[in-house]
Amino acid sequence: MAKERLAIIASKGTLDWAYPPLIIGSTAASMDIETAIFFTFYGLNIIHKEKMNKLKVAPLGNPAMPMDFPPSLQNPITNFISSLFPGPPQIMGVIPGMTDFMTAVMKRAFKDHKVASIPELIELCKEAGVKLIPCQMTMEVFGYKYEDLIEGLEPPAGAATLISYVLEAEKPMIIFV
Amino acid sequence: MGEIKPDKVLDASGLNCPLPVLKTKGVLKDMQEGQILEVISTDPGSKADIPAFCKRTGHELIEMKEEGGKFIYYIRKKGG
Repeated sequence: MAKERLAIIASKGTLDWAYPPLIIGSTAASMDIETAIFFTFYGLNIIHKEKMNKLKVAPLGNPAMPMDFPPSLQNPITNFISSLFPGPPQIMGVIPGMTDFMTAVMKRAFKDHKVASIPELIELCKEAGVKLIPCQMTMEVFGYKYEDLIEGLEPPAGAATLISYVLEAEKPMIIFV
Repeated sequence: MGEIKPDKVLDASGLNCPLPVLKTKGVLKDMQEGQILEVISTDPGSKADIPAFCKRTGHELIEMKEEGGKFIYYIRKKGG
């Protein structure tokens, strides 16, 4: 019987929300906790061969947006943009191209801080022995085939598989992202 | 405490969470029991995370210090 098991449910498919499950999962596995990440709904995009490289940040409906320009991108032009659009993100989000723009800003901020990319973090999870489980039901709803997803995944499974995986341990833990 | 002689050095400078912990784990895996690993990090988060990692996994954190903006850890691999 496993001593401790952690299941992380990754249900979001934006660039910012792709990070927490992968960071927590790889770290838990490195601390000798048997760990699985269950990718469901939009979270499937994190392990989709093509979509994983196109994850975006959504400024619309995100009150924490806009983020400041990272120091490496601060110049007279970006300072001017900041002075024009300091307003609420709900307004910024409807400007055409704003999602791509904020995605580019966030990717740059991550790069400047030498934060690993999503594909790198997936590899680290695999190396640490994290089980990556795609959700069968949402794969079918979204029309994703197993071959559309990256290599090295567990077979597609459902909620019962996930629940029994954690409950087989003395100390079961679940995190929902 | 006298000078600690590490068997291996991991320079994780510039890397951020979770990489210092993951790289430390990776290097320790290939070391012999009882050997000492020196980890150099610039990530302020490592000050809490490396001790937490050691406490949890049973590796002994012999010493940690801060030198010129770098955080240095000496970790003895468990067993031996």
